[in-house]
Amino acid sequence: MPVNYYIFLAIALFCIGIAGVLTRRNAIIIFMCIELMLNAVNILLVSFSRMHYLKALAVDKATTAGTEAQLFVFFIMVVAAAEVSVGLAIIVMMYRNIHSVDVNFLNRLKH
Amino acid sequence: MPARSGPNQVIVMSKLISLVPLFPLLGFLINGLGRKILSKQLISLVGVGTVAASFVVSLLIFFEVRQEGFQPDIVHLFNFIDTGKIHIPFAFQVDQLSILFLLIITGVGTLIHLYSTAYMHEEAAPHFARYFAYLNLFVFSMLLLVLGANYVIMFIGWEGVGLCSYLLIGFWFKNDAFNDAAKKAFVMNRIGDLGFLLAVFWMFSQFGSAGFTEVFAQGPQAPAMVITGITLLLFLAATGKSAQIPLFTWLPDAMAGPTPVSALIHAATMVTAGIYMVARSHVLFDLAPITQHTIALIGLATALLAATIAIKQNDIKKVLAYSTVSQLGYMFLGLGVGAYTGAIFHVMTHAFFKALLFLGAGSVIHAMHHEQDIRNMGGLKKFMPVTHITFLIGCLAIAGIPPFSGFFSKDEILMGAFVRNPVYYVLGVAGALMTAFYMFRLYAMTFQGQFRGTEKQRNDLHESPSAMTIPLIILAILSFAGGLVGIPEVFARDAHRLEHFLAPVLQMAGVSETSQGHLSHSFELMLMGATVLLILGAIFLALKTFSRYERKGESAGGLGRLFENKWYVDELYDAIVNKPLKSLGGFLNGVVEKLGIDGIVNGMGRGVQYAGRQLRLLQSGQVGSYILIMVVATVILFIIQLFWKH
Repeated sequence: MPVNYYIFLAIALFCIGIAGVLTRRNAIIIFMCIELMLNAVNILLVSFSRMHYLKALAVDKATTAGTEAQLFVFFIMVVAAAEVSVGLAIIVMMYRNIHSVDVNFLNRLKH
Repeated sequence: MPARSGPNQVIVMSKLISLVPLFPLLGFLINGLGRKILSKQLISLVGVGTVAASFVVSLLIFFEVRQEGFQPDIVHLFNFIDTGKIHIPFAFQVDQLSILFLLIITGVGTLIHLYSTAYMHEEAAPHFARYFAYLNLFVFSMLLLVLGANYVIMFIGWEGVGLCSYLLIGFWFKNDAFNDAAKKAFVMNRIGDLGFLLAVFWMFSQFGSAGFTEVFAQGPQAPAMVITGITLLLFLAATGKSAQIPLFTWLPDAMAGPTPVSALIHAATMVTAGIYMVARSHVLFDLAPITQHTIALIGLATALLAATIAIKQNDIKKVLAYSTVSQLGYMFLGLGVGAYTGAIFHVMTHAFFKALLFLGAGSVIHAMHHEQDIRNMGGLKKFMPVTHITFLIGCLAIAGIPPFSGFFSKDEILMGAFVRNPVYYVLGVAGALMTAFYMFRLYAMTFQGQFRGTEKQRNDLHESPSAMTIPLIILAILSFAGGLVGIPEVFARDAHRLEHFLAPVLQMAGVSETSQGHLSHSFELMLMGATVLLILGAIFLALKTFSRYERKGESAGGLGRLFENKWYVDELYDAIVNKPLKSLGGFLNGVVEKLGIDGIVNGMGRGVQYAGRQLRLLQSGQVGSYILIMVVATVILFIIQLFWKH
């Protein structure tokens, strides 16, 4: 399957993520949209990795080209998981304090 | 004794000549540095002693110079500026002209220093020392001016005397009016000094040197235009220093200084620097007829203008000041018509009688407790016999009554003027009549008639102490007899000793002086007789009118008011120079500064503030809008990157 499809899929996911972040006010939904964007990037990384690997394989049977990107994806997932735990904790604290998860109420820093 | 001329003589003199300015410089340093510790007696001793020592040395040199076979000599001391193509030695010119000026400066200077010890005795010791330090510095600068063997050294002295003049006019610096007078003198002198400086630069570019010998030797080869330009610039300098039209208004105001200062600086020596400079450069001036005509006309115009003003002045020093301006005008008339000896002669006699008149006026002011208005004087001859007699001698000398000195010198200038143009002569005689009139008006209002001052002043009237009267007596003798060194051919053959004495300097270039032999002796005698008779008439008229002067509410009309207000020259300068400058300054201050420069600076600040106020709106705290901006910016960056040409 050509790499183009993967790229289009990634772009579509990323744009959905951006649109969600821009339009929604619920902090949890925004959070999910950010995850969406991260995973769009992950898809890109994996697909490019695969593409490079197949190209190199035609020349050399024992190649490991493009495998680093697979590792990156795991790193991103781990960091995203950590981020989610911190982020959800913040959201919980926020809900306890202002009884809302609407980000538009979080504008106290402007002064 | 021609046998004595030789290297031996030069060595002796070169050692001596540097002593002449050195003594006053030492006096200046001692009095200036020790003004807080020295006693008044010591200060007087140093102040008078150093100048007197200079006078003695000058006399010694004079006796050498007057010997037959003396050759003008340049005493090289050290290299002043020695760089690239420019070599300016610090050298002194020793010849008949400079030695004559040395004698006048140190001689009259000594007498005036002596007089000052009594006149300034009321001052506290530090101010007393400051006064003598300035006075000594002035004598030093003046000696440098006349001794310099090139225009640069002369310029140093020229600036030095201007500075001392400024310092001494504003000596009583607590009085704002005096400070203003000092500043006025300084600024007007600067205008002239600029001319001097430009002339020196021009000389360097034209001749490659400013030494008298080099410049005068190359003068005749230079284009006439250049010589005219240089001489006109030099003459501009002379008008500043010697108070001629258009820069004369500072001199009457300079009377704010102590009276001995007026006598020394503003009558006898500094103001004659311009005449010395023109006479010294006569080789150049002879090559520039246009300049000579200018000098003669300006000199004559100044002589007449100042004389008319002097007629209506009531301040004893102002009358003398305008009289000085007028006499300086005569000297320039003499220079302009080529009667250099006459001009120098008049410098000498004028130094005697004008110093005498100023010191006499000082004596009167001293006795009257700083009253200077002659309308409040009168009848002083009873109280101050010595001052009265010497002042009368001074008046007779300046009026030109034979055989007083002023007669001979003024006559020589007038005869020179007659040879060049009889109109000059007629106008000159008119000025001389006015001179006689205002001087005897001054004399009559001061010494004749009834005393018009207050009762307190009357009780305090006294003759001045001997430190003041002795200089008066010596100057009176000189004013009487000083003319005898220049008796014209008419009276005795070869009796004009001054002309013979100065001949080597003033006829160096082979351009003979306007020979006065053109007039027949009988005609000359007739002119003299007529002049003297007219002057006697003027004196008689003045004495008759003003001896019984009574104070009444007079207000002069027409011409008299014009004279009384000094031809409105100050007002004219105010209108054409000060007012436009002030309004230009106001414009620059109010419009350019406020709107332009301040506008830019304040505009910067205001712009930043405005931009900050507008940018603050972006900082809304809405997370969504931040992210939107971020996304939009990223998209813009992508688009730019798409079109970016590597």
